[in-house]
Amino acid sequence: MVNHPIPSQVISRLKKGKASPTAIGGSLVTPFTIVLAVLIGISLFFMAQRFIYGLGAVTNINNGYPWGIWVVWDVVIATGFACGGYAMALVCYILNRGEYHHLVRPALTASLFGYSLGGASVLIDLGRYWNFWHILWPGYAQPGSVMFEVAACISCYILVLWIEFSPAFLEHFGFKNLKAKLNKVMFFFIGLGVLLPTMHQSSLGSLLVVFGYQIHPLWQTPLLPLLFLLTAVCMGFAIVIVEATWAAVGFKRDIHDELPMLSKIGKIIMGILVAYLVIRLGDLVVRGAIFKVFTSGVKSVMFLIEMAVFIYPIVVLSSPANRKRLSKLLAAAMSMLTGAILYRIDAFLVAYDTGPGWHYFPSVPEMMVTIGVIAIEVLAYIIFVRKFPILPGHSTPAAAE
Amino acid sequence: MTITRRNFLATAAAGGTAAAAACATLAPAGAEARESHKVPDNAVGLLYDATLCIGCKACMSACKEANDLPLEDTIGEKLWDTPLELSGKTYNVIKVYQSGTMENKDKAENGFAHIKRSCLHCADPSCVSACPVSAMQKRATDGVVTYNKDACIGCRYCVAACPFGVPQFQYDTPKPEIAKCQLCKHRMEQGKYAACAESCPTGATIFGSYAALSAEIDRRRAMKPGEPNLFPRRTPESGDMHEKAAPEYVDYVYGQKDAGGTQVRYLSGVAFDKLALPMGLPERAYAADSETLQHTLYGGMILPVVALAGLVTAAWRGSKDHHDDDEFDMFDHPEGGHK
Repeated sequence: MVNHPIPSQVISRLKKGKASPTAIGGSLVTPFTIVLAVLIGISLFFMAQRFIYGLGAVTNINNGYPWGIWVVWDVVIATGFACGGYAMALVCYILNRGEYHHLVRPALTASLFGYSLGGASVLIDLGRYWNFWHILWPGYAQPGSVMFEVAACISCYILVLWIEFSPAFLEHFGFKNLKAKLNKVMFFFIGLGVLLPTMHQSSLGSLLVVFGYQIHPLWQTPLLPLLFLLTAVCMGFAIVIVEATWAAVGFKRDIHDELPMLSKIGKIIMGILVAYLVIRLGDLVVRGAIFKVFTSGVKSVMFLIEMAVFIYPIVVLSSPANRKRLSKLLAAAMSMLTGAILYRIDAFLVAYDTGPGWHYFPSVPEMMVTIGVIAIEVLAYIIFVRKFPILPGHSTPAAAE
Repeated sequence: MTITRRNFLATAAAGGTAAAAACATLAPAGAEARESHKVPDNAVGLLYDATLCIGCKACMSACKEANDLPLEDTIGEKLWDTPLELSGKTYNVIKVYQSGTMENKDKAENGFAHIKRSCLHCADPSCVSACPVSAMQKRATDGVVTYNKDACIGCRYCVAACPFGVPQFQYDTPKPEIAKCQLCKHRMEQGKYAACAESCPTGATIFGSYAALSAEIDRRRAMKPGEPNLFPRRTPESGDMHEKAAPEYVDYVYGQKDAGGTQVRYLSGVAFDKLALPMGLPERAYAADSETLQHTLYGGMILPVVALAGLVTAAWRGSKDHHDDDEFDMFDHPEGGHK
């Protein structure tokens, strides 16, 4: 006769050797969240200026560089950062590698905020934002436009992300039946949730094809969609490593159980990066642009830096011993992310040249708005993992009792 | 968590089949590359002959008046309209090339030459292809590239895409528009034509049908340099001619083929790259490249639908496998994490 029934959670843990996601609890007001709130306040001030006086009052964009960091960082790079959910859904559900299962929900959370905010921050950048709905409205929508494809896919994907994520809410609010029904058809949304990022992440590269000669030959190629897609998937895997590390440090969680998964992800990153570099350099050779690698001034320097930060993670991750060490995995992932960020900044801004006399570097208020958007994202992530069952529950002090 | 090798291989095979099917669909779709659009049959346009331009800027003044545009003050006097480039307030600007002593008009060495900057009204415009909301359109009748501010979302993709740097965004207002020459389409409705051509005193800018302008271009290029010839003002058929020694043109008609060809074309005595027009553009429009790529990937939505079928099948097999061994819940664990 046992004194107490063994809690079902413990049984499940013993049986499955894995843990349930748990809200980690804890206070929402910390020095870090206060800093985030201040940053958000500053960015709201500049956003107000932008809406009262126009884009020129806050940004340095001009008719030679009509797209600044509010496009390149807030949308092109931020949605790449938000590819964690995409990458994990791909291995976990499409390739049916269930062992990655408990990395899915944290990754999905980051994707949810990354994409939702990326989508919302477009409104700050659109000059005539009150017409934004035209892009999806029959009669206005222009399917030949790459921008239409990007907008339509990102909008649908944000919707799909919320549906994919809704079990976490339903669980929280106790709608078990609804959740069960949703889970029965979830496979469809998972399929859609892999297709849509594949489409729009590649299209973010296709956006540049119509720019023609205005993009330097080291970046302008018909393979832009493939290169953007590969780096986006890779960013997704890298961000999972970074998030797991930060969550471990920030919430003082033991990451030991997740390390074997992270080390496998490291191997995937290495594979994709090798493919990416072979395709990218092969394309340069085929187009004869490889000779411009050393002869294009600043553009050459940026290209070579890009190559260095892409090659470094390949070298690090090629050693199995390194893949077992979190510090090495993290360094490789950070380097990969730096490469992917540089690739996007270079392709959209450094390689972009509309003629002499035009310059662009983001203004401080412009950067503060972008930093504010990032702060909103980080704060939302913190609130969510504290209040909702997102992170794997094992060895979390708050979930232990 | 038991993923057997058999299950994994079966799913991988399903995914592989989908991918193969996708490639098979891709191949024929890729064959239909979209060609550059041609200039419409009843196209109208402008001919700007830099050798006739005296830089009086009457066209700039007329353009501002016709399009109700504000003055632009770049020198701080607030007396004159002094735009240096196209801008949110300026659809049309005359610029000058200067070299050395500037003694010789229309000569590259120690000379000077004028150039008119305004929309070239491409046969296959990048701005129209880029615009996600059909705010930029090419009129089927006369090929004028029009802009509709009521459709525009202000994304500035047209500004970034135009190979000639024509569309201009208004950064200094909370209700910005794209500023761009529309060939005085509102005046054409009243039976008139482009204000710049109407106001030009030397016939440097003339307005006419694409065909008539082509004939006029051929006529001028056949002239013997130095011999007196007649040049029309306003339109090729106006009959208002003035006599002038034929200039020595560079052997190039700008806009004839550049980026797929344009309905505004230029003649000049000075090489066009000195006049701030991009040289070396391909004869194939960039819009054709971009739309061929999009059509290859998304034509008829065949490829995405096939891919979706493959992905959903793989996800469904995954969920079925897991339900069989009663261990799988897509996102949740039966006992729940919420206390």
